Amino acid sequence: MHYQNREYPFQTPPELKGESPGQYPVAIVGAGPIGMAMAIDLALKGIRSVILDDNNVVSVGSRAICWAKRTLEIFDRLGIGDRMLEKGVTWKVGRLFNGEQEVYNFNLLPDDAHKMPAFVNLQQYYVEEYLADRIADFPDLIDLRWLSKVTGEEIADDGVTLHVETAEGKYDLTADYVLACDGCNSHIRQRMGLKFDGHRFEEHFLITDVDMPEAPFESDEPERWFWFKPPFHTGQSALLHKQPDNIYRIDLQLEPGADPAEEAKPEHVIPRLKQIVGDRAFEIDWVSVYSFTCAMLEKFVHGRMVFVGDSAHVVSPFGARGGNGGIQDVDNLGWKLAAVLKGEAPPDLLESYDEERRHGAVENIMNSSRATNFMTPKSKMEAVFRDAVLSLANDLPFARRLVNSGRLSVPCSLEGFALQSPRATTRGLPPGTPCPDAPLEGGWLLNELGGEFMLLTIGRRAKITAPEDVKALHFEDSPGVAAHYGDDMIYLIRPDQHIAAAFEAGTDAENLTLALTRAKGKPALETIS
Amino acid sequence: MSKSLGMDDRLQPHGDDFYELLMTAHEGLDFDQSAALNARLILLLANEVGDFDTLAAAIERASKS
Ligand SMILES: Cc1cc2nc3c(=O)[nH]c(=O)nc-3n(C[C@H](O)[C@H](O)[C@H](O)COP(=O)(O)OP(=O)(O)OC[C@H]3O[C@@H](n4cnc5c(N)ncnc54)[C@H](O)[C@@H]3O)c2cc1C
Repeated sequence: MHYQNREYPFQTPPELKGESPGQYPVAIVGAGPIGMAMAIDLALKGIRSVILDDNNVVSVGSRAICWAKRTLEIFDRLGIGDRMLEKGVTWKVGRLFNGEQEVYNFNLLPDDAHKMPAFVNLQQYYVEEYLADRIADFPDLIDLRWLSKVTGEEIADDGVTLHVETAEGKYDLTADYVLACDGCNSHIRQRMGLKFDGHRFEEHFLITDVDMPEAPFESDEPERWFWFKPPFHTGQSALLHKQPDNIYRIDLQLEPGADPAEEAKPEHVIPRLKQIVGDRAFEIDWVSVYSFTCAMLEKFVHGRMVFVGDSAHVVSPFGARGGNGGIQDVDNLGWKLAAVLKGEAPPDLLESYDEERRHGAVENIMNSSRATNFMTPKSKMEAVFRDAVLSLANDLPFARRLVNSGRLSVPCSLEGFALQSPRATTRGLPPGTPCPDAPLEGGWLLNELGGEFMLLTIGRRAKITAPEDVKALHFEDSPGVAAHYGDDMIYLIRPDQHIAAAFEAGTDAENLTLALTRAKGKPALETIS
Repeated sequence: MSKSLGMDDRLQPHGDDFYELLMTAHEGLDFDQSAALNARLILLLANEVGDFDTLAAAIERASKS
């Protein structure tokens, strides 16, 4: 079934009706997944924003499909997790081929201790549609303006003025903070003359989405198939993935020097696809040719202009870290920006977003580059090593782990950065860890945690008074929680569900207050003993 | 001498780090220079492993291709 893009209408903004709405707290440039998620996270904290997008439809064509566990958990906090889970496809069986031969297969068993699976496959246009629907729940807090192109910006010490162009005319608007969520070709980044350094991979990939009612797999279970040196085409790798609505994503790595425009023609694409799926009927939904870059900004925060998502960092899609990385930016920035705007934290708190998420981007770029390198050997010797790994991977676990067709996106640890307290114990989970989910009676831990600072205590001995304005959550006899977090433990949890500080039961209330001060970006006072 | 080899993954979390380091060491070398690098590396690692039976089993397993 071909996805029907809903067209969102242009609505005359107050500025073009002769009204003067004054300075907005936040303006967001770009209504991609990152810009929209950003507005929802801020709205959940009572912060008003305007989103400007130059288009009037959600994502078109073949883009993100794979959303990882942490992303699903964040989307769940934002209110679209259940819809994604319901619509998305979760594959369990992965098969890896070298030429004709199946090297190995694996079965990802569901983890009953977590609400969210390791990932789901769901077309980016569905995710964006769900976000746009969710935005409609906040009519007083989110003003989403389609067909509104940002053409320039003036950055001052106390705000940013944007120049906006629409079919009905031009106008300016000013906001305390502007979030540049304008994607990998960010014009804001270019106009500001910021360096966006990285590595460009030579190879081109032919990315197709095909509509195929009959599954190519032996059973009803969706699978993921990956080929090194596929027998059906001359490139070095190929990938097949299932999406909802019987849409299959097929990526074919093209030979160096292949002519991308020529390769995208149906007369070349169709015979190759037939070699993969046999005589099953299919229709091509979308074909595009991509080459990939891994690059990032040196700084994400430039005074009142903050870069979030692809505008700040891009990766090759192997390991699916683009959108997944961007959603973690949102999670990290939302509560900090809200605290700054409410006057609860100094503007410097945003520096911790810069530090923590640059660290995440470096890790994502490293993993994506490694996968891309493994799939696209640059020299004869690299190809020899890749083939040697594959030939041993049949029966040797160590070699199997070296095979790299993309490492699943997992969140990075924030240990050691300024907001986290140093380790006070070797028990339980260390500060900086993203909170793992756990089953509760009739629910899930992560649905109870987050959105604000929280005190999580586990075990009879761990009772302690929560600092002011911190919500307390206490568990006794909850083996699911204790299994991850340990018993008789005290945790301070950040609004983005990361552990800010961890103590054993019996710690001083003072230590907790200190940890909270630190986690809010205020200079922590020396301990008074 | 039928020592079983490599059944547990001893590189564990460092597998990808090691592979990247190895590929980086080969960068910019022609094929013969790369082969020579491999030879030196095998000799060094053999000395690190030390145990003769293990080395013999490794040679046997690698020869199977
Ligand atoms: C083939 C492919 C496969 C991928 N697979 C995955 C995957 O499996 N998992 C994953 O997590 N990620 C994947 N990605 C990456 C993912 O698509 C991106 O990371 C994600 O779209 C980034 O979101 P964003 O909101 O930052 O940017 P975008 O989605 O690019 O959104 C930017 C928005 O800004 C608007 N805009 C731009 N300039 C202006 C302006 N001047 N004024 C107003 N509006 C403007 C644009 O119209 C657009 O709506 C894949 C990407 C590709 C290409």
